[in-house]
Amino acid sequence: MDLLTLLQLLDSTLRLATPLLLACLAGLFSERAGIFDIGLEGKMLAAAFLSAAIAAVTGSVWLGLLAGIFASLLLSAIHGLASITFRGNQLISGVAINFLAAGLTVVIAQSWFAEGGRTPQLAGAARFNPITLPGAEALRDVPVLGPIYYELISGHTIIVYLALLIVPITAWVLFSTRFGLRLRAVGENPAAVDTAGISVVGLRFAAVAICGVLCGIAGAYLATALQAGFTKDMSAGRGYIALAALIFAKWRPVYCLWACLLFGFLQAIALRSDLIERVLQFNIQSQLLDALPYILTVVILAGFVGKAIPPRAGGEPYVKER
Amino acid sequence: MDVMPKWAEVILVPLISLLLAAVLSALVILAIGENPWDALKLMVDGALGSTYGWGYTLYYATNFIFTGLAVAIAFHARMFNIGGEGQAVLGGLGVALVCLYIPFPHWSLALITASVGAALFGAAWAFIPAILQAKRGSHIVITTIMFNFIAAALLNYLLVGALKPAGSMEPATGKFPETTHLPSFQDMFSFGEATLFRGAPANISFFVAIAACIALWALIWRTRLGYEIRAYGHSESAAKYAGISPTKIIVVSLLISGGLAGMMAINNVQGEAERLVLNAVEGAGFIGIAVALMGRSHPLGVFLAAILFGFLYQGGAELALWTSIPRELIVVIQALVILFTGALDNMVRMPLERFFLSRRKPPKPDAKSTPAVGTN
Amino acid sequence: MTAPAIELKGISKAFGPVQANKDISIRVMPGTIHGIIGENGAGKSTLMSILYGFYKADKGEIFIGGTKTDIPDSQSAIAAGIGMVFQHFKLVENFTVLENIILGAEDSGLLRPSLSRARRELKALADEYELNVDPDAIVEDIGVGMQQRVEILKALYRQADILILDEPTGVLTPAEADHLFRILENLRREGKTIILITHKLREIMDITDTVSVMRRGEMTATVKTVDTSPQELAELMVGRKVLLRVEKTPASPGDVILDVQDLNVTDAKGVHRVKGISFNVRAGEILGIAGVAGNGQSELLEVLGGYEKASGQITVNGTPIDLTGQKSDGQSRRRRGIAHVPEDRQAEGLIMDYAAWENTAFGYHHDAKYRNGLFMNNAAILQDTTEKMERFDVRPPDPKLAAKNFSGGNQQKIVLAREIERNPDLLLIGQPTRGVDIGAIEFIHQQIVALRDQGKAILLVSVELEEILALSDRIAVMFDGHIMGERDPAQTDEKELGLLMAGMTGNPSQVSVKDIEENLAHAGTGKV
Repeated sequence: MDLLTLLQLLDSTLRLATPLLLACLAGLFSERAGIFDIGLEGKMLAAAFLSAAIAAVTGSVWLGLLAGIFASLLLSAIHGLASITFRGNQLISGVAINFLAAGLTVVIAQSWFAEGGRTPQLAGAARFNPITLPGAEALRDVPVLGPIYYELISGHTIIVYLALLIVPITAWVLFSTRFGLRLRAVGENPAAVDTAGISVVGLRFAAVAICGVLCGIAGAYLATALQAGFTKDMSAGRGYIALAALIFAKWRPVYCLWACLLFGFLQAIALRSDLIERVLQFNIQSQLLDALPYILTVVILAGFVGKAIPPRAGGEPYVKER
Repeated sequence: MDVMPKWAEVILVPLISLLLAAVLSALVILAIGENPWDALKLMVDGALGSTYGWGYTLYYATNFIFTGLAVAIAFHARMFNIGGEGQAVLGGLGVALVCLYIPFPHWSLALITASVGAALFGAAWAFIPAILQAKRGSHIVITTIMFNFIAAALLNYLLVGALKPAGSMEPATGKFPETTHLPSFQDMFSFGEATLFRGAPANISFFVAIAACIALWALIWRTRLGYEIRAYGHSESAAKYAGISPTKIIVVSLLISGGLAGMMAINNVQGEAERLVLNAVEGAGFIGIAVALMGRSHPLGVFLAAILFGFLYQGGAELALWTSIPRELIVVIQALVILFTGALDNMVRMPLERFFLSRRKPPKPDAKSTPAVGTN
Repeated sequence: MTAPAIELKGISKAFGPVQANKDISIRVMPGTIHGIIGENGAGKSTLMSILYGFYKADKGEIFIGGTKTDIPDSQSAIAAGIGMVFQHFKLVENFTVLENIILGAEDSGLLRPSLSRARRELKALADEYELNVDPDAIVEDIGVGMQQRVEILKALYRQADILILDEPTGVLTPAEADHLFRILENLRREGKTIILITHKLREIMDITDTVSVMRRGEMTATVKTVDTSPQELAELMVGRKVLLRVEKTPASPGDVILDVQDLNVTDAKGVHRVKGISFNVRAGEILGIAGVAGNGQSELLEVLGGYEKASGQITVNGTPIDLTGQKSDGQSRRRRGIAHVPEDRQAEGLIMDYAAWENTAFGYHHDAKYRNGLFMNNAAILQDTTEKMERFDVRPPDPKLAAKNFSGGNQQKIVLAREIERNPDLLLIGQPTRGVDIGAIEFIHQQIVALRDQGKAILLVSVELEEILALSDRIAVMFDGHIMGERDPAQTDEKELGLLMAGMTGNPSQVSVKDIEENLAHAGTGKV
């Protein structure tokens, strides 16, 4: 494999890892606060649809992004209502949200655009377009470093850079601010937070809202950057893979980045069956390659997670007790 | 403390949840510019207005009974099996292999063997997530979801490859032999002149599903295994104390669960399609979640909820045919049912509990049983 | 005349159909220690939770320093100068001491300034009140004594003038408890007001100025401590005369039933919990295992009960039992004549959602008399349960009622009936009277002694020294996975046992609390 092919593979890795990373960090905020969220998938899907729909109608991808965040926040509110206010089962709430998104997006898309449950193709300002970083063209011909800068680092949409930036921000918020301290505390022992006079409900809703915003960005990225429009079930299990990455990363922001890059890499490979054939001298059916990221997710969950300790109050609704 | 009478717990709470889901669904229909009342009439008419409609309703219900029971038995062990979809896909594979490669003299033998094949394949597909949960602590929810995707890819691979008859362009197996075809309701209930259930896919496996309900009821509430499964579901630490092996319960309950999900294939693959096609399961595995939640994981409840969803499914198909409402509406309704009967259960329950509490007579002063409060 | 620090007037609170507090009034003067005593379920904790804003009273008023104060939430309680040390600490286990202290009392959005201020103040508080803690230690790594001090410091850091302590000595060694009381006396000297909730009469007599007695949600009396006696308080608590002692004759031990040699247990987290202990229990005797919670007693019971792996050798009636393989499970243990009343009846001994009759078969559901092929013989179990409930005076005697709807004492009777009536050779019994009302305690103690007199071997684990002293024929003290020594209950006392519980031997008067603390911290005990 030559350098250029490798760079293309890594470039594709970065693009595919971005929605995973955003969703993974979204899950991190929620789960660190003690709210399990398997509804990342549905929130991304809803955001993908509404962002594409609004971008198509207004021609502005930024309005699309806002709409996507709004859609995702709406579902977050349902999750918060069910799992925080009414102390319901968080897994079941997540499942419901995933189906709600899967059904509603198609029903609304069909009634709105009548294109078989899709949105119109997006182009121009209705999409996030690649940004060429300063000097990329000029340095292109510098050996090794030039192509790395041009092919790999430059030429992504703004969301990719934003997602990468959110990693250190998350780490800082979580470990250096009052909000982060309280957030982590409420995921470990909500009774400690409650007796300290802080609202458990408020903190958890805040966490769920942040989760909604990040999922919204992730979904908008899918429909307006990675693809050019919404198609049915386009999130394709990314929300679940992000969850697996979160477990793999042991609920730590920087590890999330590496885990998502790994899963992004797997997806990138799955798209390049020609590469696998060339390297392994072996013909693999594309259907099996499709399953590769899912198989590897299971393998990773089974083998490498080992003693990952989830936030101790995770999944359990908080009930005051004497 | 049980503050609600049992009938309220068992009937009123699910009914109100269902009503809420129905109201919201009506709003969705209204929002996309259709009349919910007309839609309902169309649904009732299409699903229940003729033996043909009933034939479809019960056909779908058969699928949902199997997948609903699958989710329910796992719930009893406090396991959330979201993998019913994939397990049903594999069940289809089991049925196809049995029907294609074993020559049967009579459909009854084919039904029995195919049931076993379907259950074995479904159970096998549940086995890996189960053993990973029991031994490695890999979260069953995530692994079963992954196995749904993997099952779809596997079936796709087989149907464009090994299982496709030579010369066919379609990703499907060949037609099963005549002797494996199951009697449909039309075959069974048409006498002389009167042809009932004409052309509808409901078939004898509906009765297998009913038998499964009864068997599962006995398993859960009458056998020692069921006792252990429920005990584990209530309290893992207590189960360990009593010498009930968590590994055994997790694995056994999920094998039963996967087997039940797989058995759905005798209805949709052997009974209806009579060959294995792509996407034969059509989301029935997921509907099992809604059915189990609505039926409170009780086989009778699952049966009733499955009939309701059979009605919704057939009615939804009629809607898609005659109006601009797409079939995905059923997914929305399914989501709302899961939401209200599962996650927002307390939203319905808490006001009801307050209501029943306020109607309760104050305890008599001579009631001597010391209440268990303030136990620090 | 100074206004009372706290005055409650006519507080009532119901949980559903249960009246937890009925028209309770109380006055506590500043600079005093006020005890509140009562049985489990008397409503003490509910009352204090109302004062701390955890629950809202249905009726009644609260005055703080003479001013009527609304306390709708903990925030308002803290603002009113109230601090509370709960029985189960409200600490974030994987945070440092410092992080726990500032949680909710941070100065600004960034943590760094708050942390450094807290570090300075902590030092000052430590010097003032003997409240030594390591600010950078992770909470789960420190002993319960220090965790409790962190809780007190949390309250003082928030400028609390009124400190409520709920059953503070339950997890402490006697020496640690003495240390705690010295801290409380220091606080009183500085003018703080302290409310001490306990069910231990001795503590009330030792340290309080005034005491209120609660029974079944009502306040039955408030008296000056000097004017009362333990007997009087006990009668006020229970509402009748109580036996404070267990009647029993000397034991006549027979053959060795249980023999344990060089037992080692390492738990799932890789912590070495039991470190090479050896002991035996004979027929017709009670061996009491004393110790602070978390020193390996639970693991010992789990191994004997068949749900924890171990190395070493254990024989029952002379035959070894399997400690690691196929037969190291609860079912095999039961077949070998071992019955087990577990420490935590709600999490282990019972399925709270199962009816009493289903719980009666729990663990024995494979027995010939309870089964019917693959099925359960429900009629037989129901019949058996009805009889057992009668014999053990379980109230209400309704076999179809779910376990969660029985009081603690009656739940324990259901477990006891199940285990004792199996006619076991060896009975393991952990914390037999935890969370049990006094009437049931008497009954349970009598049952245990009666079983001994029938010639059964009994291994009793309890953190209540009084209970160990009252019931045991021999006492072994566990500390940090070791057995520190065996004592004859007639020839020892709480002081000596207390030292052993802290891992020390020697003359009680020559050992300082600081040594005990260091020893405990070193062993990392109390990490329950």
